[in-house]
Amino acid sequence: MNRATTYRVLPGFGLSLGYTLAYLSLIVLIPLAAVFLKTFSLSFEQFWAAISAPRVVASYKLSFGASLLAAAINTVFGMMLAWALVRYTFPGKRIVDALVDLPFALPTAVAGIALTALYAPNGWLGQILEPLGIKVAFTPLGVLVALIFIGLPFVVRTVQPVLADLETELEEAAASLGAQRWQTFRLVILPILLPALLTGFALAFARAVGEYGSVIFIAGNIPMVSEITPLMIITKLEQYDYTGATAIACVMLLLSFALLLVINGLQAWTQKRGEKGS
Amino acid sequence: MAGLTTALRLPGNPDTRYEASAATREKPWVKRLILGISLSFFALFLLLPLVAVFFEALRKGVDVYLAALTDPDALSAIRLTLLTAAIAVPLNLVFGIAAAWAITKFDFRGKHLLITFIDLPFSVSPVIAGLIYVLVFGAQGWFGPWLLAHDIKIIFAVPGIVLATVFVTFPFVARELIPLMQAQGREEEEAATVLGASGWRTFWNVTLPNIKWGLLYGVILCNARAMGEFGAVSVVSGHIRGLTNTMPLHVEILYNEYNFAAAFAVASLLAMLALVTLVVKTFIEWQAALNASAQSQKGQEE
Amino acid sequence: MSIQVENIRKTFGRFIALDNVSLDFPTGELVALLGPSGCGKTTLLRIIAGLESADFGRVLLEGEDAAEKHVRERQVGFVFQHYALFRHMTVFDNVAFGLRVKPRKVRPSPAAIHRKVRELLELVQLDWLANRYPSQLSGGQRQRIALARALAVEPRVLLLDEPFGALDAKVRKELRRWLRKLHQNLQFTSIFVTHDQEEALEVADRIVLLNQGRVEQVGTPDEVYERPATPFGYNFLGAVNLFHGRVDGAQLRVGDHALPHAEEDLPQGAEVIAFARPHELDIVVSPNAQQGVIAKVNRIQAFGKTARVELTGTHAASGTEHYEVELTEQQLLALQLAEGLSVRLVPSHLRIFQQNGKSSQSPVVN
Repeated sequence: MNRATTYRVLPGFGLSLGYTLAYLSLIVLIPLAAVFLKTFSLSFEQFWAAISAPRVVASYKLSFGASLLAAAINTVFGMMLAWALVRYTFPGKRIVDALVDLPFALPTAVAGIALTALYAPNGWLGQILEPLGIKVAFTPLGVLVALIFIGLPFVVRTVQPVLADLETELEEAAASLGAQRWQTFRLVILPILLPALLTGFALAFARAVGEYGSVIFIAGNIPMVSEITPLMIITKLEQYDYTGATAIACVMLLLSFALLLVINGLQAWTQKRGEKGS
Repeated sequence: MAGLTTALRLPGNPDTRYEASAATREKPWVKRLILGISLSFFALFLLLPLVAVFFEALRKGVDVYLAALTDPDALSAIRLTLLTAAIAVPLNLVFGIAAAWAITKFDFRGKHLLITFIDLPFSVSPVIAGLIYVLVFGAQGWFGPWLLAHDIKIIFAVPGIVLATVFVTFPFVARELIPLMQAQGREEEEAATVLGASGWRTFWNVTLPNIKWGLLYGVILCNARAMGEFGAVSVVSGHIRGLTNTMPLHVEILYNEYNFAAAFAVASLLAMLALVTLVVKTFIEWQAALNASAQSQKGQEE
Repeated sequence: MSIQVENIRKTFGRFIALDNVSLDFPTGELVALLGPSGCGKTTLLRIIAGLESADFGRVLLEGEDAAEKHVRERQVGFVFQHYALFRHMTVFDNVAFGLRVKPRKVRPSPAAIHRKVRELLELVQLDWLANRYPSQLSGGQRQRIALARALAVEPRVLLLDEPFGALDAKVRKELRRWLRKLHQNLQFTSIFVTHDQEEALEVADRIVLLNQGRVEQVGTPDEVYERPATPFGYNFLGAVNLFHGRVDGAQLRVGDHALPHAEEDLPQGAEVIAFARPHELDIVVSPNAQQGVIAKVNRIQAFGKTARVELTGTHAASGTEHYEVELTEQQLLALQLAEGLSVRLVPSHLRIFQQNGKSSQSPVVN
């Protein structure tokens, strides 16, 4: 763009941008910087000791493992649900469509106690699963269930618009060239959905790693078995171990920022792939 | 999170067009299988927990339910939750409008970075959101000694709860408005300015009518999260009954005391809030889709 | 392959897209389905392809009812209006798609596929683009790749939906000629849909004129242009001058004016509409003339061998107020027309339709 044409016609640039930056700095940036500054006050040995204690490492394994698995499960079933919502008509479709967002709207603590009540040994689902030898509540499996709940809308809501925008002509072209329905899905639809699926996966994963409220009730929080990383931060805080809490928070923040970069990249890709070929 | 701009693109009427063409139609058994699996998954993971909340809340009868809600501690938790939302939502509303105005009406360097920063609170664990304010305002934090000397309590007090809530609900309004205002461009505001309208007048009479649905959408999502936040608030609250307990924290306390019926009773209020949020959200999406189709029809007639 | 459609009816809700349409497409012909938007032409093409099913009626491919045949088994090549190229595949992979999805038993070897795709890309003169993605191609190139992709599976019939609709005028002209030539070389039944009369007249062996879900006329481009069977055909194809009038012996009363006609079968007093092409109207300057509609010269466009004169009817009851006349350079010079001049318009040839739609033709001798 020509420099001379960037003259600002509309009023309020200084005020709105100034306010935005000030508020952003005060509420978000400066407090977040506190984590890193506090971390820098530790020696490397202290830092390493805090983030590599066996109990903390066990929590990483659970948090990351369960989050990955939950995001993967959500990617598969979320895509099916998005498919059903876009392509099929069925009674109650509008209600289902609206309720997909429930995990966004329902407070996590409520979700947490509801899931616990369902999967506890005397709960509706726990009663069925208990005789089969499957324990969900107060085990890592419970963590997985809670993370599936929290992540599902991310996949559905990223895939749904891409699927709705997909020109039916592409599928018709594939069919007129002799492709079976499954081949059309695998060779034509899936590659177009791929960026959206990956974005949904990454969003669900990012949310799951940091999730606290819905997990702590059902997890049982048994050290070395079912403690998630955010809980470790709380535990350290309750012991007034601020440096330990901060060190773990620092690790999680770095992971979040890395994920944010990945997600931004994926979203750009989704947009590019979503553009019509014509 | 899906925004209003994506909702606009979803056609509102039932989609039968896929079933009309032999090329986009699945075999009946495939369709039944996909529907069966996806709806079972939906019922198992989303519907059942919702039903369970109300079932457990009313399990011991209406009397116990009402008693739990009218308990003084419960009432004070409700008051605190309402107060928190009443402060956090307007703050983030003003911020959202200012940020969206700056980002969509002007060109400047670092705009993408700014948008990324605005989204940051969504990618930070709520526990960390609480922790950062402890590090800044806590007894051992940056301003801890100063605050102590002046007898101001932020952490383990209401201001801390409000701050943590503002943090976790920070991006909601801004991220609804930015894509919406970006799509609408600057021409209308420029026309108003050329016609001599002042900045405020342009905003009230030209911009606001165009973004009202998106604004409301952002506000109700922001409000739902503000009233329901648990992790961040839990870190800074100190869990003082009757003083620094919000509704979600009160639910936790009751639950940990094995007072399940009362816990679910308070939880059912929050679940109703969630349902109202979803209803309003669906209504707004429906309005927006209606507006969009009316506008595109008008465009075709011209 | 020959295609017959019999009594096809298709509705979308209350909208009737096709109303009892029966057509015969002989082997090897290039047929245009021509009509305004919403006339049902694309729906008909999609029904033939098997992408849409008719509410009533049948499609016969090579005399065989295709009702039970899925689109993938019909062996039709379909070229979509917006090409529907797979944007995540290269040009090569797009063209190879139809070969690669064949059942393992009949699928050609990779080497054979490679050879075949190369041949097709050479045929459409784009072999140098094999490794590009669709987004890197121009509109005309995408069109040709879409065609190559459709031809790869050796279809028995080629169906094209508005094949040149999304292209600019120059590329469109080039591609038309190219498609015509390709069809002459390959010689299989092709049907294309268009709303552009020029395109249909220039490219097709035969034109099917559709309006509001019904067939108005079937014929060679010459027949359809020179002898439209209905008022719609007259209006849709080419520029035309329209007169509303009443039959009065050997004259047609148009308001206060009279136009000569030589039609004998017309009942006295019948309400009719009459058409004349721009080259079928004569301009008479003489103030003594008795016949013809009075009009005022609005604008004279003279470039090249033919001149166009636009006129406005000065009488409100004389049908369309605007007339268009085509003259040769010499005629224009001889008439000494000037803008603003009042003249009379006398048709040398009138095509008359009674208001119920029946037609008759009347060469006029002045």
